[in-house]
This record gives sequence, structure tokens and C-alpha cells, in this order.
Amino acid sequence: MKISFNINGIPQAVEVDDENTPLLWVVRDILQLKGTKFGCGKAACGACTLHVNGQAVRSCSYAVKFAEGQEVTTIEGLGTPDNPHAVLLAWFEDVVSHCCYLQPWFLLATAALLNENPNPTDDDIDQNIINVCRCATYYRMRKAIHRAAALTNQNTTS
Amino acid sequence: MKRIAIFSFIALLLASVLLASKNEENKVAEDLMSTKESLLPSNEENFRKMMDVLTSVRCINCHPSDNVPKQGDDSHPHYFDMRRGKENLGYDATKCTTCHQNENNNFSGVPGAPEWSLAPAKMKWEGLSRIEIAQTMLNRENNGNRDLKELEHHLTEHALVLWAWNPGVDANGKEREKPPVPLEEYREAVKKWIEDGAVIPEKLDH
Repeated sequence: MKISFNINGIPQAVEVDDENTPLLWVVRDILQLKGTKFGCGKAACGACTLHVNGQAVRSCSYAVKFAEGQEVTTIEGLGTPDNPHAVLLAWFEDVVSHCCYLQPWFLLATAALLNENPNPTDDDIDQNIINVCRCATYYRMRKAIHRAAALTNQNTTS
Repeated sequence: MKRIAIFSFIALLLASVLLASKNEENKVAEDLMSTKESLLPSNEENFRKMMDVLTSVRCINCHPSDNVPKQGDDSHPHYFDMRRGKENLGYDATKCTTCHQNENNNFSGVPGAPEWSLAPAKMKWEGLSRIEIAQTMLNRENNGNRDLKELEHHLTEHALVLWAWNPGVDANGKEREKPPVPLEEYREAVKKWIEDGAVIPEKLDH
């Protein structure tokens, strides 16, 4: 069965035997984009988060058939090396990452949050940026999210 | 004179026989009616069947009284501190649809159905008695301004409600509990209860 969608702005068509295959495995094993991680397989840890039409979804629990005709963004598509997304810049500035395994999810979740709420409060961050960072970088992430919001707003107004 | 007395006696006897026969006919008709009625489910039985479903965890978990969706057959608070959010759909970026899609996902055990969301705050049922649930459900100020026909449609046709009979498996691969009344029996009970005027019993034995 063929499923077609755009991933990081590039049209792709993939062949799958089972339309209910999790999008995560299509992205990692067929499209070879390894930034999206497997964590729990239960849509609980968030390691597999990516965007579908700008909304964060847990790709381990998202059947590839739902991606038909959609815009999918993975961590590899969050800006470019020459023009990185504000969230990536903020993460570098605040030296958030430690082991990095779960950081793609936090970055994509933050980008999705800023799409919906350009000035998140600490409460908004607590409510939206949930789940486990096994290196416990939560305080640095909170700082970086505020910095990313400021950078995004600065880019919007300048 | 004697002849008149005999005629009167016979007339009286005939009238008594006729009256008795008429009474017997009425009694038979009444008995038949009551047998017929006793074979049909009573309003209270229809109400009970409907409420057996509406008070099951599959319904109550999404009709909370504290803005916290519940999960599982034990109705524990939704993991990850998920809450109602502004429009019953979760938070700005971490929404219901971050994890819940249009159908169950049996790989992850995440349930799904079209329009997955929490029931609006006015439709809180958790902790209410069956009679209180029915009262609030019939109140158009609380029920999304649904008339009886729209209410019947929601209760018997809405895909999100019907999900209760196809709840899929949980994160451990265990089948979720279904409501205690089979779908068609429930549908019939709801329709009959509404057709009979949606009368809420004044008190329930159970």
C-alpha cells in the first residue's frame, strides 16, 4: 500500500504492508530519519514526538495511514543549519541538552507550543511540556523555552 | 299480579346475568392489558438499562466533575496531569489529539474515536446519582441545548459514545471493559424511554 505525504517539506511516497504501521517506524526505518526516537511505544514518554500540520503528535501511536496528504515535520526539519529554528538557538544558548536522547521531543513540543502560544507562562510550560527527561534538565529547558519565545517574538517584530 | 312478579323476577335475573357477563368481559380485557404491559419493559426498566451504561466507566471517565479526565477501568486520573484545557481538548500544544486519533491504536493501547474530547464542564456526571444525571442531561442549559431528538441521537448514534462498545485494549494489551448492556439493547431502551416522554422515575429501588 502506498502512502504519500510531505516530510520536512519534501514529498515522499512510502510502501507499507500494514496501513496501521506506526508513523515512527516509517520515519526511522523507511525514510532513515533517526532523530525521532522510540521510547515507550505507549504514547507516554514523548520521545517519538513529531509534527503533523504543525501539531505535536506521538508517532508511536499514529498510524501511517493518517499521514496521507499531511505535512510531517521531524527534528531534522526544524530549521536548517544556516537558519536554525529559534528553539534550537535557545537550546544551544542555555546548554540544555545533556544525553540528547529525548531532546528532539522537547524541541518539537516547544516549537508546537510557540506556534499556539507565543508567550507561554511557567504554568503553560508545565502543562504543555510534560514527561520525562532522564537527565532532568527541566530548569534549563524552562529558561530556554522563555528564551525561544523572546527570540521568536524578536524575529517576528524585526 | 302473580304473572307480573314472575316476569319482573325473570327480567331481573337476565339483567344480572348480562351484567355479570359484561363485568367478566371487562375483567378479561383488563387482565390481557396488564399481561401485555407486564411483557413490555417498563419506563423504569428502560431507565435502568440506559443508566447502567451512562454510569459505567466508559461514559463517566469523560464526564468528570473536576476537569480531570479519568482513565482505565479503575477511573484513575489521566496520567501526565492532563486536564480539560480551554475547549475540552487539552492544552495549547499538548492536546487530546497529541495521543488520541480517530480510532483505537492497538499497538500503543491508546484509545481513539472521532471528536475525542472531554464532555463540556456543564455535563459533569461524576459523583451524581442516576436521577441527577438524567435531570442534568435533560436540562438544555447543561446538555448543549439538545432537544430530545438530538439527545437521543447523541446517546445512540454519536461515534464517540459508540466507542464505549469498541474500547480496544489498554497499554498492557488487556481488553477494556465494555458497558454492562449490549449496544442494541441499550439503544432500544434509550429510544423507548425518550418515546415514552423521558420520564425520570421519582425514586429507584437500586
